[in-house]
Amino acid sequence: MTVNTEAPAAPAAMTRPPTPNGAKKQQWAGLWFVLPFAAFYALFLVWPTFLGLYYSFTDKSLTGRPASWVGLENWAEAFGDERAWAALGNTAEFTLYSTPPLVVLAIVFALLVNRARKLGWFLRMAFFAPFVVPVSVVTMIWIWIYQPDGGLLNHYLQLLGIQDAAAPTLWLQDKNTAMWSVVVTTVWWTMGFNFLLYLAALQTIDPNVYEAASIDGASWWRQLWHLTLPLLKRTTALVIVLQLIASLRIFDQMYLMTGGGPDRATEVAIHYIYISGFEGYRIGYASALSYVLFILILIISIFQFRLFSRKED
Amino acid sequence: MTAVQEKQTAAPSARPEVRRRRLKKPSVGAVIVYVAAAALAVLWLLPLLWALSTSFKVETEASLGQDIHWIPQDWSLEGYKTLFERGDHLTWMINSTIVSTIVTVLTLVLCVSAAYGFSRFEFPGKKIIFGAIIAGLMVPGQALIIPLFDLVNDLHLAGTYWGLALPQVVAPVMVFILKRFFDAIPRDYEEAAKLDGAGHLRVLWNVILPLSGPIMAAVGIFTFIGSWNNFLWPLLVATDPSMMTLPVGLGVVSGGYGLFYAQNMAAAILGALPLLIVFLIFQKQIVKGVAGVGLK
Repeated sequence: MTVNTEAPAAPAAMTRPPTPNGAKKQQWAGLWFVLPFAAFYALFLVWPTFLGLYYSFTDKSLTGRPASWVGLENWAEAFGDERAWAALGNTAEFTLYSTPPLVVLAIVFALLVNRARKLGWFLRMAFFAPFVVPVSVVTMIWIWIYQPDGGLLNHYLQLLGIQDAAAPTLWLQDKNTAMWSVVVTTVWWTMGFNFLLYLAALQTIDPNVYEAASIDGASWWRQLWHLTLPLLKRTTALVIVLQLIASLRIFDQMYLMTGGGPDRATEVAIHYIYISGFEGYRIGYASALSYVLFILILIISIFQFRLFSRKED
Repeated sequence: MTAVQEKQTAAPSARPEVRRRRLKKPSVGAVIVYVAAAALAVLWLLPLLWALSTSFKVETEASLGQDIHWIPQDWSLEGYKTLFERGDHLTWMINSTIVSTIVTVLTLVLCVSAAYGFSRFEFPGKKIIFGAIIAGLMVPGQALIIPLFDLVNDLHLAGTYWGLALPQVVAPVMVFILKRFFDAIPRDYEEAAKLDGAGHLRVLWNVILPLSGPIMAAVGIFTFIGSWNNFLWPLLVATDPSMMTLPVGLGVVSGGYGLFYAQNMAAAILGALPLLIVFLIFQKQIVKGVAGVGLK
């Protein structure tokens, strides 16, 4: 979550001859400012990271019985665990379904809002508001919209004659529609964030670029395809990477809307870790599973990190 | 699109004039854009409006199998009343407020202090510590829930406000953002203050912070929203309904109330309201903050 960093512009670099004495005093003062955060960081991030790795080599249990070293047993089990692979597959499926609409809709909405400047405030609010709504509120509303019998969605589908009233679609209870239903809810919930990213990027594009293009007789479609979209390439890369990371961590919506069902069709990676650790009491095994996911996210994060640092150049 | 075409005929230097002309004679394209944008916005708000409408119905009208009325036929506050009589919603709201406030205040204090230290001082181990914190940007919190849960249990913090809040405080990204902002503040001001005999803390408090209002607001708002909407961690730590935060209480307990839709939607609306209000008040900062992710 980066924020605008407009600070008063720095004047000519300060030339401050450091006295050996003063410099030394400053050194330790700096450490004191950093220490409180560093202590929290070490306790709640660094330590659990290593603790998790250690647990993954033990048979530690939530029941509290003494843990013993089991070597690579958990890891071997994880790689051969069909349910774990299925959960990763479902996570990938969710990513595959949700990313394109989250990118395309965000671009379309941003292009519209960028043109309809007079409605800017209202449009920004309408598209972004769902993003600040807690996930359980989102799922409560959508579970109700999806209700097979008399829910809003089926009601209108029947009104339009698309659906037979005698055979309503069981959106969240049917294996074929459950994942899509969660995807639609997620798109509605989180699209606003990407939309704002695109809108900000659009507003930095120099209008002269378009003027030149239209003088050359480029049509609206050509301008969009050859000018606007290429200029949004960086934003798109960022959105996709953020989306991948968020998708790998997906849990809340599935847990609340389908509980991973029906028939585990929407059981995702974090959910299976949760089940192994907190319902199966197998902390050791859940830790190994966590680490597999951790490594996957890490790979994508490194990609993101390079994306960011390249821009710093 | 239409604006571009119109600009073709106007001199590039006369942009304000172009804008005024567009106002007087809206082209077909512009009308289509406005209508499409407004229609999509209303469509996007429909789920929230539907929840709002239902929350004001009596249960018999709200229940399934009835005709769909967007305007309640029989306006009622029954849903909200039952909700308040039950009382747990208020408890969760208070819990969420306490936890999010602890997280936000601690995050601001710790991250501002660390960012100032990294920005203004040279000290032994600085590079290593800063490098370790930057590496933390890539560690996904969700993958740490198992050992974190164990740690919080060992510290006897499970089911307490501190157990809910403390693990959420570690935010390397905020240190990073604040440091970059502090780096850009010219050092003249501090030098002047130091000549007057101010210590480091005084410099931070009297010189740096007054110049950092917008960034502190942005960091604070995003931390608060993130903490308020956190679901997985409070789900693990707060198993007792009296300690649950709003998202967990609504998801785990209220989800089980089943068929009382007016009451359910009243809970949803009340659950959405606090952050929607925060969003409306701080809209400018939030929009700028999100925009900054892409523009940096």
